[in-house]
Amino acid sequence: MIIPTKEKGADISRRDLLKSGGAMATVTLASGVTLMSFGGKAAADGLKPGARWGLLIDAGKCPEDCSACVSACSKEHGWEDNGLDTDPQWIRKVTLREKETGRENSLPVMCQHCDEPPCVDVCPTGASFKREDGIVLVNRHTCIGCRYCMMACPFKARSFVHEPVTDQRTDSPRGNGTVEGCNMCVHKIDRGDGTTACVEACQATGNNAMMFGDLNDPESDIAIAVSTYASVELRADLGLNLGVRYQNI
Amino acid sequence: MERITYRELRSTPKVWGVMALCAAFVGAAGLSVLYIEHHGHIVTGMNNQVVWGLPHVFAIFLIVAASGALNVSSIGSVFGKMAYKPVARLANVLAVALLMGGLAVLVLDLGRPDRLVMAMYTYNFTSIFAWNILLYTGFMGVVAVYLYTLMARGVDPRALKAASLLAFVWRLALTTGTGSIFGWLVARTAYDSAIMAPMFIAMSFSFGMAMFMLVMILTTSITRRVYSPELRTRQARLLGVFVAAVMYFVIVHHLSNIYLAKKGAYESWILLNGGVYTKLFWIGQVLLGGIIPMFLLFHPKIDTRKSYVLLAALLVVLGGLAQLYVIVVGGQAFPLEIFPGFEVSSSFSDGVVNAYTPTLLELSLGLGGIALALMIAGLAMKFLRIVPENLSDDNVDPSLLAD
Repeated sequence: MIIPTKEKGADISRRDLLKSGGAMATVTLASGVTLMSFGGKAAADGLKPGARWGLLIDAGKCPEDCSACVSACSKEHGWEDNGLDTDPQWIRKVTLREKETGRENSLPVMCQHCDEPPCVDVCPTGASFKREDGIVLVNRHTCIGCRYCMMACPFKARSFVHEPVTDQRTDSPRGNGTVEGCNMCVHKIDRGDGTTACVEACQATGNNAMMFGDLNDPESDIAIAVSTYASVELRADLGLNLGVRYQNI
Repeated sequence: MERITYRELRSTPKVWGVMALCAAFVGAAGLSVLYIEHHGHIVTGMNNQVVWGLPHVFAIFLIVAASGALNVSSIGSVFGKMAYKPVARLANVLAVALLMGGLAVLVLDLGRPDRLVMAMYTYNFTSIFAWNILLYTGFMGVVAVYLYTLMARGVDPRALKAASLLAFVWRLALTTGTGSIFGWLVARTAYDSAIMAPMFIAMSFSFGMAMFMLVMILTTSITRRVYSPELRTRQARLLGVFVAAVMYFVIVHHLSNIYLAKKGAYESWILLNGGVYTKLFWIGQVLLGGIIPMFLLFHPKIDTRKSYVLLAALLVVLGGLAQLYVIVVGGQAFPLEIFPGFEVSSSFSDGVVNAYTPTLLELSLGLGGIALALMIAGLAMKFLRIVPENLSDDNVDPSLLAD
C-alpha cells in the first residue's frame, strides 16, 4: 500500500527534528500495520494525498440528552461502557457549565487527532502513531500496555483494555492489556465512505452537530465552515494543532 | 590501621532466613502477576483515570533509590572521600539490585509484559520512556564495569576514576530521565515542570542513601560484622542533608505552583482538601519522611545511637513511598482540566477527583520488587567479596576522623 509522503522543505517541525533518527522506522511501521489491519487495495484507494481529516462539532446543536454518536461508535468498534471506571469510552458526552455565567452546554469529546500528539511523543515503541493524513492511531501489535500515552493525553481520549475481549469487529481489532481510542473510523475513510460512524449517527438524528471532512481541501464543507465561522480547539494553549474543532462552546 | 578485607557472607540460618523471607515475597508477587495477566488489570485498583497505581510507586522508588545508592560509591571514587571506599562495592551491587527490582515491577505491570521485547526493536526516539530503556540497561553495564575496577587486582587507578566518573554522570542522566517522565507531561497540572528532574535527583540521593544504610545495618547486624560508627554517623548526617534538599525542592515546587493562578486549584486540593493525598503529603511525606528524620539525623547524640539512624532511614523510605504516591497517584487523581472556566461532568469522570484504591495484588507486586532487590543484593554478598569484614573506626581512613 502507498502512504503519501509529506513534502519536506525548509520548515521542519519540532517533531521532525526530534525524530530525525526514528522517522523511517515509524513510516514503515505505519504502512505495515495499516496493511494488516485494514486490507491492501481498498485502503490504498481511500488514501487522499495531502489530506488532513478532521471533525467540526457545533456544541450549539448538540442536545444534552442525545448520545447517538456515542452509541454509534460503540456499535461500530465493539467497545462497551457498562458504567465501570475500567470500561473503555472512545467518545463521551461532556456537559459544560460556564462558572461565571451559568450557561450550560453539551458536546462529545474523543481523540482530537493532534498534529503534535503528546501520545505519539511519549510512546516508547512507536505504537502510538500519526498517519500522514492526520489520523492518530494505536498499533495493537506493538502496544506494550505501558499507559504512558494515557498519562500524556490532555483530553482523556484513550482507554486501557482491562479484561479479555470477545466478539471483536474485524475493522477494529482490540486486545486485553493494550490502549485504544477513537481512530476516526479509519476503516471507513480508507474504503471511501467519506464519513465516520459518529457523524453519520449525528446526521441521522437531524441535529447535524458534527461534520467530517478534509481540513486541507479548501473546497470541502468542513474547510469552508471553519474559514467562515469561528471555531476553537480544546486546550489551544498547548499548541497541539488539533484535527477536531468546536463551535459555540 | 588494618587493611580492609572483604568476605562472602557465611551460611548462617539468619542469612538464609532473610533470603527465604525475600523469596516468599518474590513468589507472592509472581503469583499476583500471573493472576493479573490472566484476568487483566480489572482485578487491580487501576482504571482509565488512574492508569499508574501502587506498582509504579514502588517501581519508581526503587529506580530512583538505585541511582542514589550508587552515590555512596561515587562519594569515594569521584569526590575523593576515601572513608567511603570500603562500602563502594556494596553501593554498586545495591544500585544494580534496586534497579532490577524496580524494573521488574515496572515491566510486570505492563498490559502486555510478554511484548517487552518490542521495546527493544521498535523504538521511538522522541519518548523519554524509550530513552530510559537505554539509560537503565546502560546503567547496569556501566556500574558492572565500575564494580570490576573496584574489585579486580592491579587495576590502574585512572581506570577506576574514569569508570566512577562515567557512572556518576550516567546516574545523573538516569534520574533526570525518570523525573522527566513526569516533568514533560504538559497535560497534567500536577506535573509539567522542569523542577521534576532535579527534585528526583535529590530524592535519589535521599532514598538511595537510606536504602544503603538499612541494608548495611541489617547485613552487619545479622553477620556480626562492624559498621564503623564514625562512617555511619557521617552517612547519617549526609542523609539528613539529602532529606533537607528534597524538602527544599518540594517547597520551591509548591510555592511556584501557588504563584501560578492556573495551578492554584491543584495546590489548594493537594495541600488542603485532597483527603488521603493531603494526609499522605503532610503526615507521610513531610512529617514522617522529612521533619522527624531530620530531627533524628541531626541529633547531637546520633553517633552513639544506631537505633536513631535505623529509624530515620526507615522513615525516609516510608516518606519516600508516600511522596511518590502523592506525585504518581495524586497527580492523576486531580481532574484533568480540558475546559478552563467551565464546570464539567460526564460518564468518564470529567471534573471529579478520580478514584483509586490499591489492591493487595498491587501491594504484593510492589513489595516483591523490594524483596527481589534485597535478594539479588543478598546473593551477591553471599557469593562475592562485597561486604568488608573489619570496617571499624580504626580501619576507616584517618583523614575522615581528622576533619
